[in-house]
Amino acid sequence: MQNQQDVFFQDKVDKEIRIEPKDWMPEKYRQTLIRQISQHAHSEIIGMLPEGNWITRAPSLRRKAILLAKVQDEAGHGLYLYSAAETLGISRDEMYHQLHTGKAKYSSIFNYPTLSWADMGVIGWLVDGAAIMNQVPLCRSSYGPYARAMVRVCKEESFHQRQGFDILYTLGKGSEAQRKMAQDAINRWWWPSIMMFGPKDDESPNSIQSMKWKIKRFSNDELRQKFIDVCAEQVKVLGFTLPDKDLKWNEARKHYDFGTINWDEFWQVIQGNGPCNKERLDARKKAWADGEWVRDAATAYATKKTAKNKAA
Amino acid sequence: MEHEIFMLNRIEFLLHLADNALIIGHRNSEWCAHGPALEQDIAISNIALDYIGQARNFYQHAAFLINELPHESSVFSIPATEDTLAYLRDASAFKNHLMTELPNGDWAFTTLRIFFFSSYQYFLYQQLIQHEDAQIAAIAEKSLKEVTYHLRWSSDWVIRLGDGTTESYQRMNTAINALWPYTQELFQENNFLQPTKNILAQIQTDWNEKIKNIFEEAGLHLPEKSVQYQGGTKGFHTEHLPIILTEMQLLQRVYPNCEW
Amino acid sequence: MSTHSNSKIEWPLWEIFVRSKQGLDHKHVGSLHAADAAMAIENARDVYTRRMEGISIWAVESKNIHASNPDEAGSLYDPANDKAYRHPTFYDLPDEVKYM
Repeated sequence: MQNQQDVFFQDKVDKEIRIEPKDWMPEKYRQTLIRQISQHAHSEIIGMLPEGNWITRAPSLRRKAILLAKVQDEAGHGLYLYSAAETLGISRDEMYHQLHTGKAKYSSIFNYPTLSWADMGVIGWLVDGAAIMNQVPLCRSSYGPYARAMVRVCKEESFHQRQGFDILYTLGKGSEAQRKMAQDAINRWWWPSIMMFGPKDDESPNSIQSMKWKIKRFSNDELRQKFIDVCAEQVKVLGFTLPDKDLKWNEARKHYDFGTINWDEFWQVIQGNGPCNKERLDARKKAWADGEWVRDAATAYATKKTAKNKAA
Repeated sequence: MEHEIFMLNRIEFLLHLADNALIIGHRNSEWCAHGPALEQDIAISNIALDYIGQARNFYQHAAFLINELPHESSVFSIPATEDTLAYLRDASAFKNHLMTELPNGDWAFTTLRIFFFSSYQYFLYQQLIQHEDAQIAAIAEKSLKEVTYHLRWSSDWVIRLGDGTTESYQRMNTAINALWPYTQELFQENNFLQPTKNILAQIQTDWNEKIKNIFEEAGLHLPEKSVQYQGGTKGFHTEHLPIILTEMQLLQRVYPNCEW
Repeated sequence: MSTHSNSKIEWPLWEIFVRSKQGLDHKHVGSLHAADAAMAIENARDVYTRRMEGISIWAVESKNIHASNPDEAGSLYDPANDKAYRHPTFYDLPDEVKYM
């Protein structure tokens, strides 16, 4: 019986029929989605921190408004994604609990520090750029609520990437100090951002099942290559360089070759030993703890009001 | 000469309106990523964005008027832009009310400040809609829509926290005691407020009424009497403003004359 | 005032429906958490209409949805009108830039 359901389920997926919350689904499919969607939501929320700390230092009022709108969008993205995960039977509080206790992961890129204004540009251009490359295929993910959330997210991310590019483009045309600031930021963020696509395909065991279920549509390495090809061209327009001496167009492959990724660093950061892991989690935990009395008060007020309305 | 003094007053008035919006916007923006719930992060960031938008509109108009002044009489660096006005003036030149620059404190303090301040703006902007300067009137009209929402949002929070739990009630009271000494400055007359002089009394009456109503619903009380601080509109600030400006103006000061 | 309530109570989930313009149906846009209906509508305004997506909002507490297998329009929606920088086309990119 179970087997028949599995076959039927896979058949739906193969026919590109979206799976909706009340449909039968394999438990492993549900768990994989919860893990992936909540991880994605956590990344949006943690991702607010490294950029959020530059809102008060943005160098013009226009940039300030843009950055604030952008970080606010990320809160929105986190919210859409948490909501999508909630349709699978997990509460947002439970997901927060997993994040705060270190049980859930988030994108390791946000464990790197933002050290200059140019980092705002690079995060938009590279980090959001990599995220978009990862996320656009997810708009066709087999799980309906996830796909719909991603459509919203991707629509908004496009502005994020452009504002980042715009910051770097402006710095590129600026003073010597500004150019130096931008190049330094690119040097620091390039490698972490290409690690965002995850481990190499042959070291990513969950990928095959996820692709079969159409939760994922392209492999890590495919997306990474596509990203590198695009950035290698865009960086020329900016007038900067990528910090990889092996980066070279390969006419035979019709792709850029690139240097060796430092996977030790990748695993170190994932395991919690990145430069800012502790600060990021502490900031989230503090916001959550400080907000507890506020949430309680709102609940208490709503309860009282409901009781009053009933009595009346 | 008379016209110049008139224009200088108007510019000061615009800077005052802009500084208020910028500084309270700055404070609210500090909540981004640290709010008590994700939905509230989004809400308060929206409010901060509205304030920064208002500041930009007022600064832009002030800059326009400054650039029209006869060169020799100008006390401002020319050409003025929204950014020279926000980023290259010192604390003593800022004319915001002291209330806006105080540190955020907790959610009770923050929402109560928005409530006090947006009530004030709500009544002020209603008057400014009829301002003889069409640009000021237009900005006021646009901002009034935003402020109406800020007032509604913050009133809801004041009521919720006042009538929530024992803890939230106590925190709201602490916030009232901390903020009340900065409320009467909102209605202080000033040189550049001349054009609005006779309306300040009316604004104060409306404001008192609004506060009283919401407090009543929230089960909160006004403090019996308290010290009142003032000076912000004359450039005498708390120690907090220079710290805000040091942070905000950092890049413009370290790398002068750059495009960003 | 009541005693300190149980912090394990999560704000309930609400389903949000937005009418994007006069003449169209309200359409489900997503969900959010809020302590009460007023907060749900305010949150929905901030979360789901930041880019002028709507002129009217319905909020329904999710638990009240059974499945088979206004007046303040000005202050609620107009403010999103001037945030052009939220839209990607606000940024002029050099023509050479591809795939953004």
